[in-house]
Amino acid sequence: MTGSLLEATLRISSPLIFAAMGGLLCERSGVIQIGLEGLMIVGGFTAAVVALQTQSPAFALMAAALAGAAFGWIYALLAVRYKANQIVAGTGMNFLAMGLVPFFSKVLYENTGTTPSLALEYRLSWVSAVVLAIGVVTALAWLIKKTPVGLWIRFAGEHPHALEAAGVRVHRVRMWAVMGGSAIAALGGAVLSIGLASAYSRNMVAGRGFMALTALIFGKWRAWPALGACFLFGFAEALQFRLGSVAIPAQWIQILPYVLTLVVLAGFVGKARAPSALGQ
Amino acid sequence: MKIMRPLLAFAAGLSLGLIFTAWAGESPWHVLGVLFKGAFGSRYDFGMTLFYMTPLLFAGLAVSVAFRGGLFNIGAEGQLAIGALAMAWAGFSVPGLPRPFSWIFAALVGASVGGLWGGIAGWLKARRGSHEVISTIMLNFIAAGVVSYGVLNLFKNPESQNPETVSVAPSYLIAGIPGLGDAPVSWALLVGLGLALILGWALERTRWGFELQAVGKNENAARLAGIPVERVQILAMVISGAIASGVGLAEVLGSAHRYKLGFSPDYGFVGIAVALLARGNPWGVIASSFLFGALHKGTADLDLETEHVTRDLALVIQALIIGAVAADGLWDSMGQRMAQFARHWRRRPEQP
Repeated sequence: MTGSLLEATLRISSPLIFAAMGGLLCERSGVIQIGLEGLMIVGGFTAAVVALQTQSPAFALMAAALAGAAFGWIYALLAVRYKANQIVAGTGMNFLAMGLVPFFSKVLYENTGTTPSLALEYRLSWVSAVVLAIGVVTALAWLIKKTPVGLWIRFAGEHPHALEAAGVRVHRVRMWAVMGGSAIAALGGAVLSIGLASAYSRNMVAGRGFMALTALIFGKWRAWPALGACFLFGFAEALQFRLGSVAIPAQWIQILPYVLTLVVLAGFVGKARAPSALGQ
Repeated sequence: MKIMRPLLAFAAGLSLGLIFTAWAGESPWHVLGVLFKGAFGSRYDFGMTLFYMTPLLFAGLAVSVAFRGGLFNIGAEGQLAIGALAMAWAGFSVPGLPRPFSWIFAALVGASVGGLWGGIAGWLKARRGSHEVISTIMLNFIAAGVVSYGVLNLFKNPESQNPETVSVAPSYLIAGIPGLGDAPVSWALLVGLGLALILGWALERTRWGFELQAVGKNENAARLAGIPVERVQILAMVISGAIASGVGLAEVLGSAHRYKLGFSPDYGFVGIAVALLARGNPWGVIASSFLFGALHKGTADLDLETEHVTRDLALVIQALIIGAVAADGLWDSMGQRMAQFARHWRRRPEQP
């Protein structure tokens, strides 16, 4: 009973973890990433298509990451290079993903956004998804804390002028951080479509990108606490399936992560401090 | 040139979207024809364009007001949902009111609840320093949960299989505009148009508008000038949320006559695109909500009229328009490059 609740929590959390970590990499470099939803859509669809073609989940993950990086490149071009308002550009990227996926799906499969079902042996097991997710968190925490690249990323997010004065191009750091982060976020969609489900289906992401963004903020823009937030939100959702809507109305559990984050954001429980150059 | 940019952006987004359809094996001219015929082909089609325009007008105005105050209200979706539900509640809980008091009552209830919902984000921004973008995203999801609870658990229509509330009393209904082939567009459109005109005037000619714009342009300068920045920001979000609830006039009182769960195809988010294209100018919002309404109606016909393209093209075109509007730097650098090129060209013959 409790074992399966734990399993459900891990399953539900794993896509969130990837998306939250992708968002973390972007935002720590000082670029707001509101397009996680769109990146998960792109990653989920690409992975499902490539898994069908190559029958290899590994290839599917790589393709999803590449598609995410390409999408992130467009966003970075707008937001970093051409200094577009990042909220505006991110909103646009979400629209683009929501519109393009049904478009390609129509061309490829003659329907509006559902890929054919994938045989069980070509799917990603949830255990490997979770292991991969934890691996990404570990790698990212190490990258940001312990490496020179991580130092650049943190400075791009906190004191871009100091970084520029030290001779490092802030724009270049941010471009790469956004592309890398977008690739990771797209993996979240891939895990959703070829790991937790057997295909990509329309409206599959259903706000999970925003929930990952919420987890990132709830974790105060740090890797391990953000991981904890993903588990917490995953647990809330797993609990909701378990309880049904008898004991507590499902809606109350659904809104719980957002209410909690709003409280944290308002500084009632310690101060949630965003990277100081975020959005500039 | 600056005034032309929104039109240029719309044209660029539309053309790029059409080029995309060519890649899918559809003739762009055919698609354009379907879009045009779908939006304006008959009185009914035109009526449907106006039907989609109405909520986008309210949502676009809501986003614009906040925008002019330097605030990014991503929460119009939540504000309009909760405001519209409040309007429906007014309509079936107080059935005895005669016209026009019924309308005023419903509008006030809706605007109060929508305004309160927007005000939460405004208060969090002004008093607690929470970024309004993040808090309005949270509030959208919270509103969705609250509305779903309200519709399914509190006010559910027992006679219907659908997730919807009971009907509002007859005196609350807003009549349809006649002569448009029974399209469900109501006189709520006129309310929206009037609101846009008033807002456009108020932004330029009243103290409120002056203070709002001063805060939007430079918070610190406004504070030094003695403008109560925090109060202006909170009020801006309250007004923004209250305007967003106007969608309920069109949907609940004007066409569906009850609150239907999930009625909004992201009106609040498309409202962001509407406001951006209009650059936050309320009079411009009239034009841009009309264009986006036409786009929504036109693309709805693509499912049937073409083989390879679906109504989702609307999202792609919206994204491209947003990109074209957002990439101001791109236009600037393009302009500079062209100017450079022109200078270079002109200078050339003079050089020895």
